[in-house]
Amino acid sequence: MAKRENENKSVSSTGSMIVKRGLAEMLKGGVIMDVVNPEQAKIAEDAGACAVMALERVPADIRRDGGVARMSDPEMITGIQAVCSIPVMAKARIGHFVEAQVLESLGVDFIDESEVLTPADETHHIDKLKFTAPFVCGATNLGEALRRISEGAALIRSKGEAGTGNIVEAVRHLRSIIGDIRKITQADSAELFDWAKKLQAPLPLVQEIAETGWLQVPLFCAGGIATPSDAALAMQLGAQAVFVGSGIFKSDDPAPRAKAIVEATTHFRDPEIIAKVSRNLGVPMTGIGMDKIEQRYAERGW
Amino acid sequence: MVRDSQSKSTKVVGVLALQGAFSSHTRVLDSIGVSTQEVRTPQNLASIDALVMPGGESTTMSQLLESSELFEPIKKLIHEGLPVFGTCAGMILLANKIIDGRDDQVSFGAIEIEVQRNAYGRQIDSFEADISVEVFESPFHAVFIRAPRIVKADKAVEILAKFGDDIVLAQQKNVLVASFHPELSPDRRIHEMFVKEI
Repeated sequence: MAKRENENKSVSSTGSMIVKRGLAEMLKGGVIMDVVNPEQAKIAEDAGACAVMALERVPADIRRDGGVARMSDPEMITGIQAVCSIPVMAKARIGHFVEAQVLESLGVDFIDESEVLTPADETHHIDKLKFTAPFVCGATNLGEALRRISEGAALIRSKGEAGTGNIVEAVRHLRSIIGDIRKITQADSAELFDWAKKLQAPLPLVQEIAETGWLQVPLFCAGGIATPSDAALAMQLGAQAVFVGSGIFKSDDPAPRAKAIVEATTHFRDPEIIAKVSRNLGVPMTGIGMDKIEQRYAERGW
Repeated sequence: MVRDSQSKSTKVVGVLALQGAFSSHTRVLDSIGVSTQEVRTPQNLASIDALVMPGGESTTMSQLLESSELFEPIKKLIHEGLPVFGTCAGMILLANKIIDGRDDQVSFGAIEIEVQRNAYGRQIDSFEADISVEVFESPFHAVFIRAPRIVKADKAVEILAKFGDDIVLAQQKNVLVASFHPELSPDRRIHEMFVKEI
């Protein structure tokens, strides 16, 4: 764990797990929006985003352009930090710990070790325990989530299938993760050994879930959210906040859609409010069916 | 304070659940035997005897307070003496004056303090530390997340704890504020202190 002295005269420590998970707690019930420039960052903050994800291309464009997708230009990230008063996140490639070091040096509030970028390591994820900045990682199932938590992730999100505007994959991942959590809480102590084996996850983490009934860190939804109803669906399924990538700035009229998704995420159990905020938002991003996809980002990560 | 006639078990503490760490507060309150009510709409205010405003993003909560039509009714209840406890972003919402906030950001002006947002820096500067609270016998372990700083407080504000030179826990009449997150510590004493006064 990275530690350092606070400037204050009194004794304090930074970068502990409670401090890292603490920021994840603060983001709950909110919407984290992908933005590619300071103008979009302002629109996101104006609409009530609880954080922004700074990146050069939204996943829909990464998908279209192909090639290798890497960490964003630091200049672009600091440009967004300069106009935002809310937390700013940024993405590093899976296993690319130097990109993560660079992002930490920029003062990025949360580092997303993201499958949307082209992986840098086919076997290893970043040792996130070495960093002061907290990490969020994607997961398609509970085993993957627990492996990321054991590496030091402070927040787990579904992977979904980024850049498609199609919620079906995120729903699959949430149902798989939360469904297995429910089953583990019903398992007896002997069965937990088998669960750890099946999930390829550390036994103590599995035992902790059996005891507490939840993951060690918050669980958010990402991948394919395009409408207020999509956000509320993720929340009702058990996600505790949502990431919206291409869904906002690839739609006809981003500002009102962003605001509507924020309100639907707060009032996720209230269909009347969701109906009200869903009116006259214009055309959402077009979206892609899963059978039309050449590269599944969700398969990246080990 | 008003509303002191009922027995403790019947009290309901509302937790503002627009955005942020509301579930952590609910969990702590549950653990000390207090009933809670998540507050997202004006209807949710009807049955509450106190209100917690959690940490989270104050600019987000500010907008949602208005779009959910909660700002005016909550302001009225605080004015009438409803006990409120604001942590971090919740403290910003309760403050008289906000520095480095958004121009359109609303606040209840319920406690005479000036608060600077994100004054301790970005997340990599977030920290945990022991603080001494005057009325407690042993230190309280406090977690500060992108914390706001109380840069000025009126004489009428009672200072309950400091970290270094900074006021971090304060009270004025029915309004209690903390720049840190007691809901993230296993220590329940600050919530118990708040609940005792309802």
